[in-house]
Amino acid sequence: MQESLFAPGHRACAGCGMPIVIKLVLDAAGPNTIVASSTGCLEVTSTPFPESSWKVPWIHSLFENPASVASGIEIAFKKFGRTDINLLVIAGDGSTFDIGIGSISGMFDRGHNITYICYDNEAYMNTGVQRSGSTPIYASTTTTPIGTQSPGNLVRKKDMPAIAVAHGASYVATASIAYPVDLRRKVKRSLEIKGPAYIQINAPCITGWSYADGDTIEQAKLVVETCICPLYEYVDGELVGVKKVRNKRPVEDYLKTQGRYKHLFRAEGGDVYIANIQAIADRNAEKFGLLD
Amino acid sequence: MMRVAEGSYAIADAVRCCSPDVVSVYPITPQTHIVEHLSQFVANGELDCEYINVDSEFSSLSSLIGASAAGARTYTSTTSQGLALMFEVLYNASGMRLPIVMTTVNRALSAPLSIWNDQQDSFGVRDSGWIQLYAENVQEVMDLTPQLYRISEDPEILTPSMVCMDGYILTHVYEPVEFLDPELVKEILPPFSPVNVLDPEDPKTFGAFADPSWFTEFRYLQYKAQERALDLIGKVDKQFEETFGRGYGGLIDTYRTDDAEILLVSLGSIVGTIKDAVDELRKEGIKVGLVKIRSYRPFPVETLKEALKDASVVAVIEKDVSVGYQSALLTDIKGALYNTSIRVPISGFAAGLGGRDVAMKQIRKIVENASRVKDEGLELETEFEIFDVNPECL
Ligand SMILES: Cc1ncc(C[n+]2csc(CCOP(=O)(O)OP(=O)(O)O)c2C)c(N)n1
Ligand SMILES: [Mg+2]
Repeated sequence: MQESLFAPGHRACAGCGMPIVIKLVLDAAGPNTIVASSTGCLEVTSTPFPESSWKVPWIHSLFENPASVASGIEIAFKKFGRTDINLLVIAGDGSTFDIGIGSISGMFDRGHNITYICYDNEAYMNTGVQRSGSTPIYASTTTTPIGTQSPGNLVRKKDMPAIAVAHGASYVATASIAYPVDLRRKVKRSLEIKGPAYIQINAPCITGWSYADGDTIEQAKLVVETCICPLYEYVDGELVGVKKVRNKRPVEDYLKTQGRYKHLFRAEGGDVYIANIQAIADRNAEKFGLLD
Repeated sequence: MMRVAEGSYAIADAVRCCSPDVVSVYPITPQTHIVEHLSQFVANGELDCEYINVDSEFSSLSSLIGASAAGARTYTSTTSQGLALMFEVLYNASGMRLPIVMTTVNRALSAPLSIWNDQQDSFGVRDSGWIQLYAENVQEVMDLTPQLYRISEDPEILTPSMVCMDGYILTHVYEPVEFLDPELVKEILPPFSPVNVLDPEDPKTFGAFADPSWFTEFRYLQYKAQERALDLIGKVDKQFEETFGRGYGGLIDTYRTDDAEILLVSLGSIVGTIKDAVDELRKEGIKVGLVKIRSYRPFPVETLKEALKDASVVAVIEKDVSVGYQSALLTDIKGALYNTSIRVPISGFAAGLGGRDVAMKQIRKIVENASRVKDEGLELETEFEIFDVNPECL
């Protein structure tokens, strides 16, 4: 196996899913790659000046602009006649779903040959677990805290992959670190297909989700097995593949392992909230044909 | 070759002569014509560059961060609300030492919404680490364009720069200008050879996270680079003059300042009107002269001290106001002279806000006011009333 292009010594929390995402993505992309990232946990933990974990060229500018920065890199290389380099954005969900969505829309719209990877830990983790557009319904965050009047986040997770599909992105997929072969294949496929690609990768956050030590991969597996996070891929707007779920598990199996959902098992009426989440999972199973 | 042309066209042509690799611009009045002319050049095959139609000014400058880090010569242009939207990216570009060049068309900032000229926008980004030069006329903007690339891309400087030009007054004017010869431009502007680039053969990290033990060093190095630019701006101006026969005096220019008792200090297109006013007033025996600021950042403190040291009174005329405390150029000029033995009363005038015309009659009033200050001493450091503020507001 080749040496990892993401060096150890970064400052991510023990048990963080994000560095696993980065390693798998870079494994698939290889050394002939340039990465643009957003402000967030990834940037802060991987590049404490004068150190860097990045063994490929890497650039960070701001929280909300990596899609625009990458667009500029792509056209500069086009001008130089170098179209043989893999160009990736790797950005957090807050950057992707919320503040950077205008830049991403522009990148898709202009049809740049860039693979945009969102490592999705479902909140603004770097600033202390505040809600993002990716935060699932009823999750407790520091800006959607539970209280006598609130069961946590009241809004369902934004369907960012559908937004990418609606833009006509050439390739759109979701992936999980619990299925590394599938994840690497999707990254490779996105790089083979010309035009903008979007891959959203579930990245458990031990600090923000508060699950047991050593449970990171298990989390990434459970979210798929409960059908809360369906794994699928679209090519040119057509659904071309889904990861089938053999034994669909009830959402409680996932929810009960995480601190951000513990109120659902304690508060009065929690069962209604859990049923709502189950309905979302069931709809995913139906919509993507996860079960057969 | 001298030809009558629209200001925006002439500027777009000067940009073309600098052979940018990547142009990324977003339209906003009164900068739009520059954008349109550049796209037409590309469509006609007259400019061999990658042109990107971005989704905002924020994205335009962001995309140039990527392009510049990839080793491209880059260009953008904006004004007012667009420049404000770029605020975050401006600091980022200078901190990353990327030699992006921008034409900043000067326009007022909303509210109230105004599409007309003043210089509030560029003064508002004074501290963003960019080199800022102000031009008096279209020819000067054109001539500064290759000069700014030369200065910004110098390995000792590596700092983005903007030439500021008054919206409408210069962008929409038709006047005779000397078009640049691309072959001659090459003589003063070598190809861009970046020090650090994004390259898989030699992977580097751009835009790292700096803790307090490093941050000051980054700013210090930027500060020093701007200090070095003070020398280079003058040198490049001379070099340009040797090649093209047009020089501008470097950091500042002076007009009829020998023996002047009253010195007016200003920048931008208003300087043309002031020169005419100076000529008239001189005929009447009034000893008045003009100091034109060309480089605002870096600020030419030593040059200014020399230029202002013999004046009996100084009046600063600028198109911006720092609501809450005077105007930017006024406070900077006072600051430059404070720790010296030069003791001269200085007053300031926030003129031409939101496009209000500054005509000879206003310059005369300013000079009358300055004469009074000379004889009777300074009462008010900064004046609005002189620009005929509607009495209902007073
Ligand atoms: C314009 C702007 N607004 C807010 C911030 C503060 N900020 C930095 S990182 C961050 C959250 C990042 O969230 P996400 O993109 O999900 O990445 P994560 O930290 O979760 O990995 C925020 C809000 C910022 N840097 N810039
Ligand atoms: Mg996040």
